[in-house]
Amino acid sequence: MEMFPNQTRLIQGNQAMTHGALYAGARFYAGYPITPSSEIAEECSVLMPKLGGMYIQMEDEIAGIAAVIGASLAGAKAFTATSGPGFSLMQENLGFAVMGEIPCVVINVQRSGPSTGLATKPAQADVMQARWGRHGDQTLIVLCPASVVECFELTVQAFNFAEKYRIPVILAADEVVAHMREGFSIPEEGELAVIDRKKPSCSPRDYKPFKADADGIAPLASYGSEYVFHVSSSMHGPDGFSNNDPANAARKIEQLHSKIEVHRDEIVITRSFQIEDAEVLLVAFGITTRASRAAARTAREAGIKAGVLQLLTLWPFPDKEIRFAAERAQTIIVPEMNYAGQVAGEVQRVVGPDRDIRRVNRYNGQIITPDDILKVMAL
Amino acid sequence: MVLLGSGLQYLKEGVTPHMWCPGCGNGIVLAIIFRVFEELAYRNEETVVVTGIGCWGKADDYVVTNGFHGTHGRALAFATGIKAFNPRLHVIVLMGDGDCITIGGNHFIHAARRNIDVTAIVVNNFNYGMTGGQVSGTTPAGMYTSTTVYANPERDVDICALAAVAGANYVARGTPYHGFELEINMKEAFDKKGFSVLEVVSPCPTHYGKNNAMKTPVEMLKWIKNRALPKAEYDSLDPSMKDDYFPIGKLVDKDVPDFNARYDEIRARAMKGRTA
Ligand SMILES: Cc1ncc(C[n+]2csc(CCOP(=O)(O)OP(=O)(O)O)c2C)c(N)n1
Ligand code: SF4
Repeated sequence: MEMFPNQTRLIQGNQAMTHGALYAGARFYAGYPITPSSEIAEECSVLMPKLGGMYIQMEDEIAGIAAVIGASLAGAKAFTATSGPGFSLMQENLGFAVMGEIPCVVINVQRSGPSTGLATKPAQADVMQARWGRHGDQTLIVLCPASVVECFELTVQAFNFAEKYRIPVILAADEVVAHMREGFSIPEEGELAVIDRKKPSCSPRDYKPFKADADGIAPLASYGSEYVFHVSSSMHGPDGFSNNDPANAARKIEQLHSKIEVHRDEIVITRSFQIEDAEVLLVAFGITTRASRAAARTAREAGIKAGVLQLLTLWPFPDKEIRFAAERAQTIIVPEMNYAGQVAGEVQRVVGPDRDIRRVNRYNGQIITPDDILKVMAL
Repeated sequence: MVLLGSGLQYLKEGVTPHMWCPGCGNGIVLAIIFRVFEELAYRNEETVVVTGIGCWGKADDYVVTNGFHGTHGRALAFATGIKAFNPRLHVIVLMGDGDCITIGGNHFIHAARRNIDVTAIVVNNFNYGMTGGQVSGTTPAGMYTSTTVYANPERDVDICALAAVAGANYVARGTPYHGFELEINMKEAFDKKGFSVLEVVSPCPTHYGKNNAMKTPVEMLKWIKNRALPKAEYDSLDPSMKDDYFPIGKLVDKDVPDFNARYDEIRARAMKGRTA
């Protein structure tokens, strides 16, 4: 499919994410195909070379994210897409991208697990893996779309965050959102903000690739520019070379976290639907948002004041927004497609142990329906 | 003032003495890399040294060109992304045998198959030096390591043969004992378009030597020297003798178009809208 700005067409979530990436300026894709994300790879194999970019099918997902990391340091906006098993394989190198502060985007179209699981069925069970799947002290950003439009817009946003904060950003889509088709028109150039990484302006001699500016983020040069630099997965100082000094290590770990904490208000995106007067608050994300909104509408028709808080950013977790919305509500419901209540647990942490949280969980490869949710509202 | 011909301008200041043991081959290989950089007039800006994890994988600590130190076994996959996106860069990938062939074997095969224009310098010391001398995919059968104390029940893989069969444009083998020849082959490898591999059979006296009754670094180096034969000489050996020796020098030299050249053709087709 070509890029047709301002022409409404029926497109799939996976296509919308691909086009979002291209809109954001991505010109490098490397990955390994896996259902339900493969359409992204296929679309990139068609479009990247047309745009002067590059598509490489690597030998596995470890290599896919590795090539993305390499290309990013050579100056590319680079990304990959995968699902459960492939996302698991990427974890070590994702941790390196955190440590090396290397901008990149990973789309994880969540499918039902564990292991090979129900390969073609949706789930929302990688919320914790996305945040905690790697060893060591680390943090990154996770976004989650609920519609084709959001697939596009959040992919652009994912690149913007990756570039701005020098961090890997994960787009936690799911099989339904990825395969669903909705009417969509690609915005004109300039309609959505596109952010590029901050480049150094000092003299090449003085450049230190990990010396943060006042905003907590260091400018990033590209291999091949006049700036010569060193990047390492090992603990390193501002110059990128190995450094075993405990004070340096503490500073680095703090900086990796604080650069996100300081900007969290900019990073945390939520959307609310009639939560101003809501007595029943639904906290939802991804495809489950749609069922939640439908359930809330039905409840209102029946005289129950229900509203939905949609989490478009999953990590950093929207503590403040949830706490605020929960203050007025009598009942809090968290529907999600996983067994453990990965988001419900976080909501519980935010609102405290005294509040009762009603959970709606599905983990059979089927999506949550409005009826599932209405049932726990006792309607 | 740096001595011309020494390549010392590529050595980072203030980082010596290096971390490698006395008698280790790594320092010799790095010194030759520096000399070849100088011979080829590589500029720091256009050169990226990518390393794996291991003793040899620490080499980037000593280099002033662009540096990249990634995760264990994945160096060639990172290098592929770097080179693919910016073909003007000289990308040199330094890996131990464990890093390149054992944990990273799949990437090695596919880098060769893809014919990505990078040079892999694989220091093969037959074991995992950094982590205490455990068995590697290149430890010969019957030899001793810290995890094969009753002898290695598995066979070793021939790095150069693997590179050749997987499609590398240039393959050579050398040893730190044969420094002069090594330098010639290294220069050829750097100069070659497409995937090039230089295996350096190298001593790890601290672990492999110690575990295999080679009491001194000199004994370990001699053990290597006595097994290395120029390719022609090796080829003329009686097949029953071949297991005791390995060929050194240039083993493969061809000019199949590299990945970036091929991808440029793909771009041209895509821009014209041709699919099948
Ligand atoms: C994923 C992973 N597994 C294991 C290790 C531990 N480790 C570090 S270096 C190494 C082996 C190094 O051996 P080799 O590549 O032959 O290099 P040498 O030290 O001999 O130069 C291992 C197993 C690691 N760093 N990462
Ligand atoms: S342990 Fe072996 S490979 Fe590592 S530095 Fe010492 S001699 Fe060299």
